[in-house]
Amino acid sequence: MTAISHRPYRFIPHPLHATLLASTVPLFLGALLSDLAYFRSYQIQWSNFSSWLIAGGLVFCGLALLFAIANLVRAEHRAGRPLAYFLLLLATWILGFVNALEHAKDAWATMPMGLILSAVVCLLACIATWLGLSGLRSGGEA
Amino acid sequence: MKPSNALALLSITLLLAACGDQDSQFDQPLGAQPQLPEPQRGLLPSMTIAEPTPWNDQVPAVPQGYRITAIASDLQIPRQTLVLPNGDILVAEGRGGGAPKLKPKDVIAGFIKSKGTTSVKSGNRLTLLRDADGDGSYELQTVFADGLNAPYGLALFEERLYVANQDELVRFDYQDGQTRASGPPTRVTLLPSEINHHWTKALTISPDGRYLYVGIGSNSNITERGMAAEVDRAMVWHIDAETGAHKPYATGLRNPTALAIQPGTGQLWAVANERDELGADLVPDYLTSVREGGFYGWPYSYWGQNVDPRVKPQDAEKVAAAIKPDYALGSHVAALGLAFSSEVMGEAFADGVFIGEHGSWNRKEPVGYKVVFVPFSGGRPSGPPVDFVTGFRSDDGKTRGRPVGVTIDPRGALIVADDLANVVWRVTRTQ
Repeated sequence: MTAISHRPYRFIPHPLHATLLASTVPLFLGALLSDLAYFRSYQIQWSNFSSWLIAGGLVFCGLALLFAIANLVRAEHRAGRPLAYFLLLLATWILGFVNALEHAKDAWATMPMGLILSAVVCLLACIATWLGLSGLRSGGEA
Repeated sequence: MKPSNALALLSITLLLAACGDQDSQFDQPLGAQPQLPEPQRGLLPSMTIAEPTPWNDQVPAVPQGYRITAIASDLQIPRQTLVLPNGDILVAEGRGGGAPKLKPKDVIAGFIKSKGTTSVKSGNRLTLLRDADGDGSYELQTVFADGLNAPYGLALFEERLYVANQDELVRFDYQDGQTRASGPPTRVTLLPSEINHHWTKALTISPDGRYLYVGIGSNSNITERGMAAEVDRAMVWHIDAETGAHKPYATGLRNPTALAIQPGTGQLWAVANERDELGADLVPDYLTSVREGGFYGWPYSYWGQNVDPRVKPQDAEKVAAAIKPDYALGSHVAALGLAFSSEVMGEAFADGVFIGEHGSWNRKEPVGYKVVFVPFSGGRPSGPPVDFVTGFRSDDGKTRGRPVGVTIDPRGALIVADDLANVVWRVTRTQ
């Protein structure tokens, strides 16, 4: 309570925005774990799971990106967090898409690049979500 | 997932033009000692899907001294043909497969590839064509048998007509002159049909009629459906015609799409389609004599000992044992038809095999889409392939037809099934 009264400018993301954004974390994390499982076991089903999890992650990430653009356009101080958040999310999506193409290769052709990309994309999604949910317009007047 | 599919498809299509891997300047690997380039695979596989267009009044091109005519039309996906002793022609019609889509890629690639095939429904039947007066015009076109399941391979021995459906090998009783099967067929044996990624079941019969050979394609491009799906796949079966008892005759043939017995020697030959997504000029589809007990590499290696790194776990012993095929036909040409020629085709084309090449998709510059002749001497391939029937693609890059099965008519003709135009072509000599 006191926190809110001390920081009245703190932006709370739209619930839909927050949901979309937060969903990217378990999806891309799931893809990473599935890739790890395939890497260790050669069981192809893990690779199939990974492909779909990445596709799902891209859908949610893409929609969250639309909110991020809208925020950026509406922000009074575009530099700083809103921009960093937008760029991070954009990088997540682009690398995620490259990863989806990488995962469209057959069998072990996805390895090891698919695993590396999944780890990077997962990390980016976590940072972008952290930034996005911890106040997009801090320092601004909303 | 519909909207996301559409979005992904749009992105893929746009990107395909932009950053697919390039066809190299490398010549297509051909013949007994093909030069194989290094494997390569960009972020997107090269694809060129042939946009279908009707033949209208045009016909395929054949060498001077030959003529080509359509002897049947409005078929329901003709694949392989069989010339019966009285000159009648049987045409197997149908489309099989239906393997489940396991990855987003399967959904997208399946959609794109379907643009290059006929939209006609699977016939699941045999059509009989008859030219009673021998004038070259087949006036009778009638259904010989229907209710089959994607029939493909055909073989006849005396009064037994064998048909390889996508899930079982069956037998009809056949009397000379019959135009309709006298009853439902009898099962010889079930064939591997789980998933059926490569569903065509090629068929031929030993000269004494005792054994049948069935080609069974792999259940994936390169094990992306898992090794468990590959039990009893990518091999040729040897089947006792009487009892249906069967055993693997040769293994490691990724997709043996046509089989034929060499006249005189009784040797089994096959054309097989090799793996995709290793580049525009890899891996060559091939023509080979099939050694009993031989292993031809799939999935572990290609063209002998070239290890395919996409297969894990690998098997060094299998790689060491892999036999090099006899003759490379070029990569991605999709050889689907094989017939030994004879004197009736004229001196220049008497000794050798005709091969129907359905045509590529996994390549920017299309290859195949023609019937070639591979000359033989001393019972072995002896020179580069010669174009025999061409013109399946129009000058503006559209596709009028795609050849599949090829069959010699002892009366002096080559029969070519075209599964895009749903036509059967007949090539004869003009003098």
